[in-house]
Amino acid sequence: MNNLQSLSYYLPELLLVATILVSVIADLFLKKENSHQVGLWILGGLIVTLFSFQFIPKNDITTLFMNTIAYDPFANFFKILLIIATGFIILISRESHELSNIRAGEYYMLLGIMVFGMFLMASAIDLIMVYLSVEIVSIVSFVLAAYLKDSKLSNESGLKYVIYGAFSSGLMLFGLSILFGVTGTTKFFEIRSVLGSADPDAFLAVVVASVLILAGFGYKISAVPFHFWTPDVYEGAPTPVTAYLSVAPKAAGFAILLRFFNDSLSNGGVLENLDFGYTGLPWPQLLAVLSLITMTLGNIVAIQQKSVKRMLAYSSIAHAGYMLMATPLLSRDGIYAILIYLVMYLFMNLGAFLVVIVVKNQKNGGESFEDFKGLGWEMPLLGGAMTLFMISLTGLPPTAGFIGKFYVFYSVLNADPSFFWLVFAGAINSVISLYYYVRVIKVMYLDGNRKETISTPSKMTIALLLGTGLPTLIFGVYWSPIANWVESSMHFLFHTI
Amino acid sequence: MEYILSWLIWLPVVGIVVILFIPREREYIIKMTAVVTTGIQLALALFLWSKFDSGLGTFQFIEKAEWIPSINIFYSLGVDGLSLPMVILTPLLSFLAVFVSWNIDRAVKGYFALFLLLDTGMIGVFLALDFFLFYVFWEVMLLPMYFLIGMWGGPQREYAAIKFFLYTLVGSVLMLVAVIGLYLNCGKTFDIPTLMETAPNALSGVMWWGFSAIKIIWILLFIGFAIKVPVFPFHTWLPLAHVEAPTAISVILAGVLLKLGVYGLLRINYPMLPDAVFWFSGAMALLGLINVIWGAMCALAQTDLKKLVAYSSINHMGYALLGMAAVIAAGAVNGGNQAAAQAGLSGAVFQMFNHGTISAMLFILVGVVYDRAHHRDIDGFGGLAKQMPLYAGMCMIAFFAGLGLPGFSGFVSEFMCFIGAFPVFKVIVIISTIGILLNAAYFLSAYKRIFFGELNEKYKDMPEINRRELLTVIPLAVITILFGIYPRPFLDIISNTIDHLIYQVTQMGGYAGF
Repeated sequence: MNNLQSLSYYLPELLLVATILVSVIADLFLKKENSHQVGLWILGGLIVTLFSFQFIPKNDITTLFMNTIAYDPFANFFKILLIIATGFIILISRESHELSNIRAGEYYMLLGIMVFGMFLMASAIDLIMVYLSVEIVSIVSFVLAAYLKDSKLSNESGLKYVIYGAFSSGLMLFGLSILFGVTGTTKFFEIRSVLGSADPDAFLAVVVASVLILAGFGYKISAVPFHFWTPDVYEGAPTPVTAYLSVAPKAAGFAILLRFFNDSLSNGGVLENLDFGYTGLPWPQLLAVLSLITMTLGNIVAIQQKSVKRMLAYSSIAHAGYMLMATPLLSRDGIYAILIYLVMYLFMNLGAFLVVIVVKNQKNGGESFEDFKGLGWEMPLLGGAMTLFMISLTGLPPTAGFIGKFYVFYSVLNADPSFFWLVFAGAINSVISLYYYVRVIKVMYLDGNRKETISTPSKMTIALLLGTGLPTLIFGVYWSPIANWVESSMHFLFHTI
Repeated sequence: MEYILSWLIWLPVVGIVVILFIPREREYIIKMTAVVTTGIQLALALFLWSKFDSGLGTFQFIEKAEWIPSINIFYSLGVDGLSLPMVILTPLLSFLAVFVSWNIDRAVKGYFALFLLLDTGMIGVFLALDFFLFYVFWEVMLLPMYFLIGMWGGPQREYAAIKFFLYTLVGSVLMLVAVIGLYLNCGKTFDIPTLMETAPNALSGVMWWGFSAIKIIWILLFIGFAIKVPVFPFHTWLPLAHVEAPTAISVILAGVLLKLGVYGLLRINYPMLPDAVFWFSGAMALLGLINVIWGAMCALAQTDLKKLVAYSSINHMGYALLGMAAVIAAGAVNGGNQAAAQAGLSGAVFQMFNHGTISAMLFILVGVVYDRAHHRDIDGFGGLAKQMPLYAGMCMIAFFAGLGLPGFSGFVSEFMCFIGAFPVFKVIVIISTIGILLNAAYFLSAYKRIFFGELNEKYKDMPEINRRELLTVIPLAVITILFGIYPRPFLDIISNTIDHLIYQVTQMGGYAGF
């Protein structure tokens, strides 16, 4: 589709860009103490964007802007998910004391730009667009991570992020250019057809390219061995940013990973019969091992953490591992499971970070296990919510986390028996993760004493706790709406799966 | 009364909601809410019993509603002869346990709310006819149990609680894999009655890594349930959890939670994987023997009265395992000895119920003396019979019931397990009778050290067992003696279901199918 025609499909993005521009200008007229209002502007824009999905052709599946981005339900699923995540983060940011004394207009504007970048990530079908979208998201993330100018840790985190980010995006770019060199095209679907008839001598180059590109995606979803930035960046960045990084770019990373491997490296297009074999590398086994290492490392290192925030950073690595479990076969069930998992993970992880932020506000920046001592008695609502989030992250019913795990296990068990070991690895990892998640619960309830005075968090915090907590509980009991939504989003550009 | 099973499950949740709205200073009202909730639940369970048709042997009072249609999950409940005894025992023990926990002084509101949540989970497992629902209820019990042990327990409570949590979770995640495996291979359904019919055939010939899927799923489920039973070598969480838990929770733990393991094996493993029953029953009998001997030997060595009772639980569950292994006597290979299988399985179910009442009684009585003396060292008492004659009398009943003296229900069920298993596992049965002897040894020697001899000067003012405590023990003692003399009513409830189960195992299973 040409550029002009594409615009009618591009309404959400256009609204988003307009919002960003308006907020840039609005920020100029706001005093420092009022700069948090920009967040509301962006939030308003996001809500309008969300509604605009009603006005674009829902069921069309096509390409936009001269075949550079895809328009399909799969992309729209991620876009809506990202808007929800960003909406939460904007509200959470307004609650955090970390950001309350600095000019925050740009902060919210950057969040808006990041949403735009992630929209592109979710729909890119062109190598150039892949690189551009990943870079937009990365560069904005660097700035956000280092947003606390006076904080040493935040600066360190930003710098580390830049270095790792530059390195991995360099690798990815190298991979992309090799792929272009081999195939002579930048479009995913053309790459696939060219590879189908390529000279076997080119396979080695393709393998190298794929591995390099995987490094770039792996960095975004913080999969081992591209995870080294995660703990430090998560620890140093402002907590709302950490929460954001652990959810949104991860989701976008999975979107682009699934789309790239599915569209450009799959053999026939029917995912059930997908065979990476012709690239000469045992892809499924490689991804399975990657998943195993990711979750095991995340879980085992998380046990030793003293800071809850850092513990959650490692836990987010582990969760990337669980989601990767469903990738090796890229079956329909697998993609379905990843999408469900991402929805469930969004609520429980944002909720957990929200509690960390409230505790940080309360304890003047404390985020260690020590600071959570007796929290359940001091602030029963907060303690109860945190217990729910921890149980959900462990994956115990009746919470959303269990449903996510259930579908992931299901997808692997429905595949080839040679991957069943992965399910057992995932199961045992869940048990390991219980140990450190329960430690939070233990500290909150068992180590403290009953307090005579109970403090209640602010109304907005309560609303946010309910906003993340209720879905965590309700989707654990009744998740048909989510299942239906995911079901209807299982349409890729060139094939319905 | 159409939704009586749903009421049984969700009544405690109503109680929780009520409790959450009561201010935390009003402890009496909170306790009364728990009493009323569990009381109504008990009344409902007894009503259910009166309406239950024991002549059928199939599921009754079935409720079925769509839950998640996209993957065929139903909210499906039902009760049969296997679950009915447990459906009566659970509210009974919960009701008594509320009185046992009357002296809880810390965070009363939280305690009773969690207690009722635990109650919902337990009864839900016994009533669920959908495997997914079963699993959800199974897991719902974990968190309340963690808190109840970890917050209101003894000095080592935190360690005990996390150990319990981790052990059980290992079992449950393995069970989850098995649940999904069964679902995928047996027509994509979680419906337990349907799975009973389809699973035995659907799984034959399915191979996982060159092993029969039947064997692997059996092992996964067995580990999940064995941790709850607990079967040696998965038993190490139990003495610790029992000792550290507050009295009421020990009662629930021994009385109901351990039963879930045996119940799960009989409800899931036996009918769904009948081939593997034949394959595994030898090992099961052996594990039963180890449980019997190991539990008794360990009990013999204890100086802590509560630990002694905890190890006696391991010993008692060993008899149930032995009885369960006896089902293969009815197989064609073993001469189709229907009577032995009948005796063994009925014995196992009966033993499961009896252990529920007897060990509950024992734990309550240990709690009584602990509340007064603040220690449980068997050698630290002496001569208590003079000081507390009534208490000594109650303990005598409980200890005699525990060691399996004829006239008490424990004797009947152990005897049935033995005669059931004898035709097939002669040597194992002969050796395991030593367990009975050891039982008598540790119970009697503990009794002697606590109640006879010189009265310990420290305890000359020890108050006698009070009315509230008596109220909690007497119903259990009555049940124990009643069923010891006349077990017929109980066996009538279960016999048709047991016949059904034996038929299922022997007709659908065999040595073939692998």
